[in-house]
Amino acid sequence: MRSDRLNRSPMGLKIAAGVGLAFLHLPILLIFLYAFTTEEKSYQFPPPGLTTQWFAVAWNRPDVWAALTLSVKVASIATAVALVLGTLCAAAVSQTRFFGRETISLLVILPIALPGIITGIALRSAFSMADIPFSFWTIVLGHATFCIVVVYNNAVARFRRISGSLIEASMDLGADGFQTFRYIILPNIGTALLAGGMLAFALSFDEVIVTTFTAGQQSTLPIWMLEELIRPRQRPVTNVVAMVVVLVTFLPILGAYYLTRDGDQIAGAGK
Amino acid sequence: MTAFAEPIALPERRGPAGRLSDFFWKHPYLLLTIMLAPPLLWLGIVYLGSLFALLLQSFFSIDDFSGLINYEFTLATYRQLLSETNLDIILRTVLMAATVTLASAVIAFPIAYYAARYAQGKWKVLFYLGVMLPLWSSYLVKIYAWKLILAKEGILTWFFEKLHLMWLLDAWLALPVVGGNSLSVSYTGTFIVFVYVWLPFMILPIQAALERVPGNLIEASSDLGGTPAQTFRFVLFPLALPGIVAGSIFTFSLTLGDYIIPQIVGSSRLFIGQAVYAQQGTAGNIPLAAAFTVVPIVIMGAYLFVAKRMGAFDAL
Repeated sequence: MRSDRLNRSPMGLKIAAGVGLAFLHLPILLIFLYAFTTEEKSYQFPPPGLTTQWFAVAWNRPDVWAALTLSVKVASIATAVALVLGTLCAAAVSQTRFFGRETISLLVILPIALPGIITGIALRSAFSMADIPFSFWTIVLGHATFCIVVVYNNAVARFRRISGSLIEASMDLGADGFQTFRYIILPNIGTALLAGGMLAFALSFDEVIVTTFTAGQQSTLPIWMLEELIRPRQRPVTNVVAMVVVLVTFLPILGAYYLTRDGDQIAGAGK
Repeated sequence: MTAFAEPIALPERRGPAGRLSDFFWKHPYLLLTIMLAPPLLWLGIVYLGSLFALLLQSFFSIDDFSGLINYEFTLATYRQLLSETNLDIILRTVLMAATVTLASAVIAFPIAYYAARYAQGKWKVLFYLGVMLPLWSSYLVKIYAWKLILAKEGILTWFFEKLHLMWLLDAWLALPVVGGNSLSVSYTGTFIVFVYVWLPFMILPIQAALERVPGNLIEASSDLGGTPAQTFRFVLFPLALPGIVAGSIFTFSLTLGDYIIPQIVGSSRLFIGQAVYAQQGTAGNIPLAAAFTVVPIVIMGAYLFVAKRMGAFDAL
C-alpha cells in the first residue's frame, strides 16, 4: 500500500507548476482583453474603455480578408501535398524493413529540426538560381516541405499499432492489395491522418519565417501580422486579428487531441 | 497420384486492379520504390537540393566593387565571418540560447513533474492541453502579446506601480547589459519572450522522461532516508536529464535561428538570424548569409552528437 503522504504533492511544487501554467496562458488571455480596448494609439493598460466596434472595422478590411484567404488556400494545398507524401513515406517505413530506413526518418524531420531561417534562405536562393519567380506556388512548396513531418509522425505512430495479422487475414480471405488498403488500412489510419492533417494545417497557417523568404509581394496572414508588429499602423485591427487567430488555431489542436487521445502517442506532442 | 506433384497455384486475379495487385505482391520492392519515390524526390530535390546549393554558396565570395557574386572557390567569406563584429553576433546568440535553455528547464521542470506524477484523470488532460494550446498558438500572436505586456504604458509597468516597486524595475533597466530604455528594447525583454515562446518545447520531453520514472523509486529513496533534496539530486534529476537534454535541443536550436523575436522585442544589436536576414536582403551578400547559416548547423550538429551520447533521443 502506498502511503497517502507520498501521493500528495508538496505545496511548493504545486505553486511552481501553477505559476508556470499561468505564465503560459495569461499573455494569451491578455490578447482577448485588448481586442475590446477603446485606445487606438498605444498599448495602455488598463484599457480606458471597452468597445466591440473594432470587430466591425476588421470585418470590413479587404487587406485582412485577402491575407486570410491566401493563408487558407496555401495551408489547404500544402496540407493535401503533405498528407499524400507523409502517408506514403510512413507506410513504406513502417510496413517494410529496408536499408536506409533511419536516414529517411532523419530526412523527413530535418526541415523542422534545422532553424526555419535555414530552410527559408535555402529555398529562396534555390528559387533565384533556378529563375523561378516568387508566387503562390513557391509559398506552397516551402510549407509542404515542413508539413510532411507532422503527417508522417502521426501516421507512423498509428501504423505501428495496426497488427500485421489483420492485413494477412484480409489477404488470406482473398482481398487484393487495393481492397486491403481501402477496407482495412484506411479505416485504421483515418483518424491519425485527419489529426495529422489538422496539425499540418495549423502549422502552415501560422508559419512566418520560411514564408518571408518564399513569398513575393503577396502576404499571408502571418506576414500581414508581422508587418503590423514591426510598424504598428492599425493597432485595434491587429488586436482583433490576433484574437481571431488564437481562436482559429485552438480548433484543430483540440480536434487532433480528441481524435488521437486513446492511443499511446497523442498528436501534437511534437511541433 | 500426380496431383500432389503439381504446385498449388491460386487463380490469377481478374481485372486491371487485380492484376496490378498480383504484380506488386510478386515484386514487393517495386511497390516500396513507388511509395517512397514521391516523398524522397520532393525532400531530396526541393529541400536537400536547396540546402546544398546554399552551403555551396558560402564558398563563393562577393565582389566588393560590383556587388556581384564571384563564382570561384574561396575561403574569404569564412574569413569575413570570423571578423570581430560577426564573432560578437555569434557569441551573443549562443549566450542567449544557453541562458534561455537554462531558464526554460528550470520553469518547465515543476510543470512536467506535477503533470507526470501527481496529475490524474481530468487534471492530466488539463495539464496536457494547458501545454499543447500555447505550443500551437500562433507564434506571432505570442510575440504580440509580449509587446503589449512589455510596452512602457503596458500591464507590467502598471503592475509594478500598483505594488510600489517601480524603483526595482528602474534599477534593473539601469543595469549595463540587460537593461535599456524600457523592457521592450532590452535583452531582458528578448530573453523573456524567448523563454515564453519555447517553454512548451521543454516541458513535453521532460514530462515524457518523468512519466517513465516509477513512483516507488522515489519512495525507496525516501524510505532509505533521503531528504527531498537528495532524492531530487541523486534519483530524479539523473533520470530526467535525457528529457531535459532533448528539450534543450529545441530551445537551443530555435533560439539560434530566430530573427523575428529579437527584431520586435530587443535592442538593436543583431543575432545570428537577423544577420542572415540582413546579409541576404538589404546587403545582398548571399555568400556571407550562407556562411552564417553554417554556424547554427555546426553548433547543432555538435549538440546533437553530445545529446545522442547522453541518451536524449530515447526521451523524444
